[in-house]
Amino acid sequence: MRIALRLIPGLWLALLVAAPLALVGVMALSWQAEGVPPYSPPWAGEGTNPENLRLLAEDPYYRDSLGQSLLVAALTAALCLLLAIPMGIAIARAGKWRNALLGAVLLPFWTGFLIRIGAWIGLLRDEGWINAIIRGLGWTDQPLHLLYTHGAMLVGMVHAYLPFAVLPLFAAATRLDPLLEQAAEDLGATPGRAFLTITLPQLLPALAAAFLLVFIPAAGEYVIPELLGPPNATLVGRVLFQEFFQSRDWPVASALAVALLVLLIGPIILFQRLGRAA
Amino acid sequence: MTPRWLRAALWAGLAFLWLPVALLVAYAFSADPVPFRWGGFSLRWFSALAGNDRLLEAAWLSLRIAAGAATLAVLLGGATGWVLARHGPFAGRAALGALAGAPLVLPEVVTGLSLLLAFVALEAAIGWPAGRGALTVLLAHATLGTAYVAVVVQSRLASRDRDLEEAAQDLGASPAAAFLTVTLPLMLPALAAGWLLAFTLSLDDVVLASFTSGPAGTTLPVALFSMLRLGMTPEVNALATLLLAAAGLALALIGLLLRRGD
Repeated sequence: MRIALRLIPGLWLALLVAAPLALVGVMALSWQAEGVPPYSPPWAGEGTNPENLRLLAEDPYYRDSLGQSLLVAALTAALCLLLAIPMGIAIARAGKWRNALLGAVLLPFWTGFLIRIGAWIGLLRDEGWINAIIRGLGWTDQPLHLLYTHGAMLVGMVHAYLPFAVLPLFAAATRLDPLLEQAAEDLGATPGRAFLTITLPQLLPALAAAFLLVFIPAAGEYVIPELLGPPNATLVGRVLFQEFFQSRDWPVASALAVALLVLLIGPIILFQRLGRAA
Repeated sequence: MTPRWLRAALWAGLAFLWLPVALLVAYAFSADPVPFRWGGFSLRWFSALAGNDRLLEAAWLSLRIAAGAATLAVLLGGATGWVLARHGPFAGRAALGALAGAPLVLPEVVTGLSLLLAFVALEAAIGWPAGRGALTVLLAHATLGTAYVAVVVQSRLASRDRDLEEAAQDLGASPAAAFLTVTLPLMLPALAAGWLLAFTLSLDDVVLASFTSGPAGTTLPVALFSMLRLGMTPEVNALATLLLAAAGLALALIGLLLRRGD
């Protein structure tokens, strides 16, 4: 019985996590072919295909998609931190309101992110709310094109990922000793200086964890760039979908997945180290 | 004492998170066919929704997939979390932990692509699963859910030491009886919360479902996604409002369950 309880989930995960990942690796070295499924594996006679991975390194379209994704993910994570640091600390110090406020931050996470993106589409459209406000203020009579821009995409990403960033900062902030900051102020530090020199350094591991918790999933994001971003925001998630579903080029899509994983492996390991230390 | 700027930032952040959602809900009750324009109170979009067979079918399919995937995830993830927290060192423990943790950190597009390749290869090798559809989406969601349930259960058990179980065995309970009367009740809140977590993840997933479903397996999020691609309609507002109400209910339930467990 005890052995069975180890074996059954182990086999499940081996079959549906480990083996699939290995297949992505094999597919990245396969050849695109006519037929169903549309590829021929390295053992079908043609040997391994180094072209897919070489293409990623040499073709600026693919290279840029990886670079853009990392940049957008980093920007998203940085913007999330900017909001999450004060939010996490304020919630930790909210006394009896703590749980209610934490719930208010987490509830949107449970409401489904598609819905929230839908809300942003409604707000940012040419006839949307934000344009109505701008027109109402008399700043311009031409609608600003806000939707399908990099800005809209970033707003949507920050909106979707902000709760992930607040959680670790809140958890770390509850362990802070507010007396330390008080002592610094009593000794003559301005509140700003006390915050920067006393509070922030104590939050560093949580800051790193929060950054990575946003950065890692954001790097592969597909839905938000597709629904809010401009057509030229060809992030790797979008390119991968395109290669797979439109071009039916499974090997190149797999090579993109491998490249994304290679780029993320460092952040993932760092994140797991931070988790173990906490 | 909380500095004023901290509190201001908190309210700004909450407004940023909630305002779009609140507007979405408010305008679900607007009669105007242009989304986010007020045309008087009306429930017409809810009744339009009730007549949209394609969406209702997708919603029903999604609920069944989510319930099935969450149940499988609780069984598999519960076992994984318990084994990792309580079995001590055994051969393959590190591998099991790594495999259970992997879906949590892998980008969705990678997980989705890898699962599809696995299903295609499996079908070629043993003829099962035949084609892609609801079953393959369920298997994909169950795998992701397993990882989440395993983490929740493992951390819950890790925060309670073994004394209780050992005491039960010292007092003459068989290992099975000790598990059923002591360990399982300890795990129960985590299992329930894990079920709801897996259920919600499944109901919110576009990427895994896009990869692993065929033309016959359009789930609600996939249908919603293709609607949103064409822009917003008030019908989406109404649908979102219903989903929000369901999510709020689920969260309240989880909160209740976790509190009772402590």
